[in-house]
Parts: sequence; structure tokens; C-alpha cells
Amino acid sequence: MKEYYYDLHIHSCLSPCGDNDMTPNNIAGMAALAGLELAALTDHNSTKNCPAFFSACERLGVIPVAGMELTTAEDIHLVCLFESLEGALAFDEAVTARRILIPNRTDIFGDQLILDAQDCIVGAEAHLLPNATELSLEEAVGVVRSFGGAVYPAHVDREANGIIAVLGTMPEYPAFSAAEFHDGDKIAAYREQYPIPPQTLVCSDAHYLTDIPDAAHRLALAGDTPAQVRKSLIRLLRGD
Amino acid sequence: MTVNELALACGFEAVYLPDGEREVGGAYAGDLLSWVMGRASADDVFITIMTNINVVAVASLADVACVVFAEDVTVPQDVLDAAGRKEINLLKSHVPMFETCVAVGRCLK
Repeated sequence: MKEYYYDLHIHSCLSPCGDNDMTPNNIAGMAALAGLELAALTDHNSTKNCPAFFSACERLGVIPVAGMELTTAEDIHLVCLFESLEGALAFDEAVTARRILIPNRTDIFGDQLILDAQDCIVGAEAHLLPNATELSLEEAVGVVRSFGGAVYPAHVDREANGIIAVLGTMPEYPAFSAAEFHDGDKIAAYREQYPIPPQTLVCSDAHYLTDIPDAAHRLALAGDTPAQVRKSLIRLLRGD
Repeated sequence: MTVNELALACGFEAVYLPDGEREVGGAYAGDLLSWVMGRASADDVFITIMTNINVVAVASLADVACVVFAEDVTVPQDVLDAAGRKEINLLKSHVPMFETCVAVGRCLK
């Protein structure tokens, strides 16, 4: 087992609210500078910048994780992480089929850019990404798990789209093995009030390069190769 | 006014009505359950489009007279089952949230 500095919630320029400087290479570069060893790309309802992110991270020695921040029908944000890039891309297709398509107004919401491994723009998502999908909380958890992924509520300490704000508490069902906090100092107080899962993570939810924090939080994971470390991460977060 | 009378006056559909003769005292509308929990009062009509099972838990906790699901939203089976266990009155409105609130407001005048 080795301890890895992580940030498992980062948005790229594919998220309309993500800065256009959040290119796959810039994120990987900033993560490496910050001392992060494990970084997940989690754009709203899409994994389409994950292939470029994988290439960029691999060049810079950061272990990449392909993920998504999924919005459920109840407007709850869930972080979904996958062992492999292919798994995440297959999951993306399943989510795309359940999205509610509203044309993106770039003047209001921002661009939704798809980049290649050299940060060249190769496409743009035409429909707004962050809005609610048709997937209920329970259904969403089932779909992620059917693709072998780990799923847990994002920023449970936030009013906007946090599961506790939306549902009033941490629900018993579906049972989660992990929960993400934006502010690690709040974990103890939340534990006193709500049934917070055993594994907590502190992640940045970065939308700008300057949001990517210096390495501070670690996870003990097994494995020698990036693929083995990811496998160990997903197992830990699934509570296997 | 009772829940039965409210349903009739507003054209709401009965989804599950274990206690239709319960008196209605006021109303509260909202979808963020953390807000509803601290603000809805006993005997309120609780109007929402949220259909997560926790709606039933919050309705029970706040002791509301009934829940009205607005805009013909589909009520999942687990919500029906939970309402059965907790004896929570459930109604459904065929019009959006605002129009539903206006209709309830007229009845409560």
C-alpha cells in the first residue's frame, strides 16, 4: 500500500462553468505542480474530455481517473469514477440517452469544448450539460454500478446540488460507501448530525486552474501500475 | 376544509388517501427537502414536484395533512409503499406548481 495525494473532482472546459483555460493538458500540468498523484476529471454529465486528459496525465506522471459529475433527476450531484477510460466512455453513452436536451446558450452558460491530447478543439457539446438528467438517484446509482464504477454524493456540505440540502439528510437507500466534502473541516460536525458514510474525500470541484489546491489529502491504495491503483481506488470507494 | 374537500375543489387526483377527512390548516411549497423540513407546519398542504422517497419522511416528520405532487409527476412505487407504511395522504395535481399553489390558496382563503 502507498499513500497517494488526490483530487477526484475537477472540471474541464467541457463544463460550461469550467474556465476555457481548464484544458486537459493545463489541468494535468497544474495537478503535477500541485503535487497531486491521482486526479479525476469529472465534467457535468459527460466524459468526452477524458481521453485527452488520460494522455496528458500519462505524459506528466499523474495517475488519471475517468469520471463524471452526474446530475440526477432530483438535481443531486453524484461523482462517478471508473477503473478504465473505456468503462467511463461506455457509461457516457448510457447517460447521454437519458439527458434532457436544452440547447446551450454559450453567451449565458459558457462554452462546452471537447479537446484532443494536444489541447486542440475538436468539438463542442451543443446541448447544456449540467442540467438534471432523467435518472433518479436510485436509478443513477444502479447504472454506474452496472458499468463497474464507484458512485458517491458530491460536495455533501454544499447547499447547491448537495444530497443533504436536496433530500434533507443522507438517505439510507441507496447506501453509499463514500461521500465527498468540499471543506474537510466540516466532516466531524456533519458526522454528528447525519449518517455520513465511512469513507470521506475532500476534493476541490475546481472550475479554474487556481482552484486546484496544493496536495493535502491522501488515500492509501494498493498496486504498482496506474491501472492497478485505479482498481484499488474504485474498490475502496465502492466499499468492496 | 378536509383533504377530501380540497382534492374535490382543486381537481386533484387521489393517489393514496388513508385519512381524507383530515383537516387542512395551511400550505407550504418547495422541493429542497432540507428547507421544507424546518418550515412546513403540521396540517399543511405540502406541494412539491420532488418524488424521492424522502418526501414521505419529511411529510411524516412535519406532520403535514397531505402531499400534493404538482404537474402530473410520476409517483414511484417506493414512495407509494412508504406512504402506505406512514399513512401519508398523497394527491396529484395536473397543473404546474404555481397554478397548484394558486388553487390551494383560493381554497384556504
